[in-house]
Amino acid sequence: METTTSIVQIKGIRDGLLASFSDAAWEEQRAALKEQITERAAFFQGARLALDVGTQILKVNDLVDLRDWLSERSLVLWAVVSESPTTEKSAQLLGLATRISKPRPEEIRYEHDPAQDGAALFVSKTLRSGTRIEYPGAVVLVGDLNPGAEIIAEGSVVVWGRARGVIHAGAKGDRSAFVCALDLSASQLRIADQTSATLKAHKDPKPEIASINSDGKLQAEVWQPGETTIRK
Amino acid sequence: MTAQVITITSGKGGVGKTTATANLSTALALDGARVVCIDGDIGLRNLDVIMGLENRVVYDIVDVIEGRCKLKQAMIRDKHLQNLYLIPAAQTRDKNAVSAADMIRVCDDLRAEADFVIIDSPAGIERGFRNAIAPADRVLVVTNPEVSAVRDADRVVGILEAEEKGAPALIINRLNPALVKNSDMLSAEDVLDLLGIRLIGIVPEDEAVIIGSNRGAPIASESKSRAGQAFRNIAKRLRGEDVPFMDLTPQSGLWNAIQRLARRK
Repeated sequence: METTTSIVQIKGIRDGLLASFSDAAWEEQRAALKEQITERAAFFQGARLALDVGTQILKVNDLVDLRDWLSERSLVLWAVVSESPTTEKSAQLLGLATRISKPRPEEIRYEHDPAQDGAALFVSKTLRSGTRIEYPGAVVLVGDLNPGAEIIAEGSVVVWGRARGVIHAGAKGDRSAFVCALDLSASQLRIADQTSATLKAHKDPKPEIASINSDGKLQAEVWQPGETTIRK
Repeated sequence: MTAQVITITSGKGGVGKTTATANLSTALALDGARVVCIDGDIGLRNLDVIMGLENRVVYDIVDVIEGRCKLKQAMIRDKHLQNLYLIPAAQTRDKNAVSAADMIRVCDDLRAEADFVIIDSPAGIERGFRNAIAPADRVLVVTNPEVSAVRDADRVVGILEAEEKGAPALIINRLNPALVKNSDMLSAEDVLDLLGIRLIGIVPEDEAVIIGSNRGAPIASESKSRAGQAFRNIAKRLRGEDVPFMDLTPQSGLWNAIQRLARRK
């Protein structure tokens, strides 16, 4: 088979660079990797490198050799991902990671930043099925919340768009939290410990606001300019 | 000339990925393009059956990847079209026999040989799906006008966006205009409204598609079939032609317009 590209593919990932090996002979691939790195030594200098060695069975010595070779060229080998238990064990013995955190775009978690206390999380995009936002505060979404997507907020949730997924406001028990949306057709709406099942899809949607009323029940009402007040 | 790699996927199973792959490949080849379609569903291969090439399978994609045969040896020529080839999936292996890098390599080798490489993705969003989208220049998402299929399509679109594969185009398959008219089925507008991606074709429900699949003769080569016409139109759009969408409404335009007005109330 003719290939113009190298048998070892190097690409950028969130945690640095990832070199992927195939099932071809280890020696050959190691040589290919070294060749690529030597060719562009300046580019690779200081890089964090992870290896995905597939089913290659590698001994500690194999990895030590490569690690030393790399560190001579100021590359840091920090992870070896493998399907082979032997290789995995070798990597662990050397204190290398055996998992690289793949970017998980489906789940967006935000750390609570005390400096930003009280500030809402502002998200401006369509949240598609499978996306989940968790935030220890209020969330403002400009865009649609599609069915199958979720927002779990400790504070209130404002959706400038169609809310058709799952919303849980006041997730840690704040009963004064509220949810409002231009089209509140959430498949499930929760505020603190109160749950309301499917809200009917509106033919002619109006902005609505949902909160816990004085009877302790969750209720949604159409937004009336000047009239609707939010209990605090 | 280098080929464009197009992956056809859906998330949900049974919406017509394989049928769409077979028909679009056929339609593109009818149009004169050199086409190679790849069955990406390792372990559950179907594309060869739908294309009527089952009894010609000798080597498969895993043989190519593992070096047991040359790429050319695994390319099965279509019965009727000289410029259409199939690379079948392995039936006796599983998805772990193939990696994303393998798929990229195979497709890169094909780029010089073809105008289009069409990959049939397996259902789901696991490794097989990831392998199938890895080499793609463009992705087509197939869905049915059903809530569950659209939900899964939405998930897949989200993953494709996260993988920076660019915005996929949408094929709505098996639309039944009569059911839509009675509001018993999601309309194309409903589906598009939710997914918010570009529509590249609507294929009406047509028994002949199933019959064609069972016979191993994709409907795209039947000049009279409306579903076949829909697939040929999509093929033209893939080649950059501007083809108007077919009128799928059972009634004439005027009656339809009145109905739409009435429904808006």
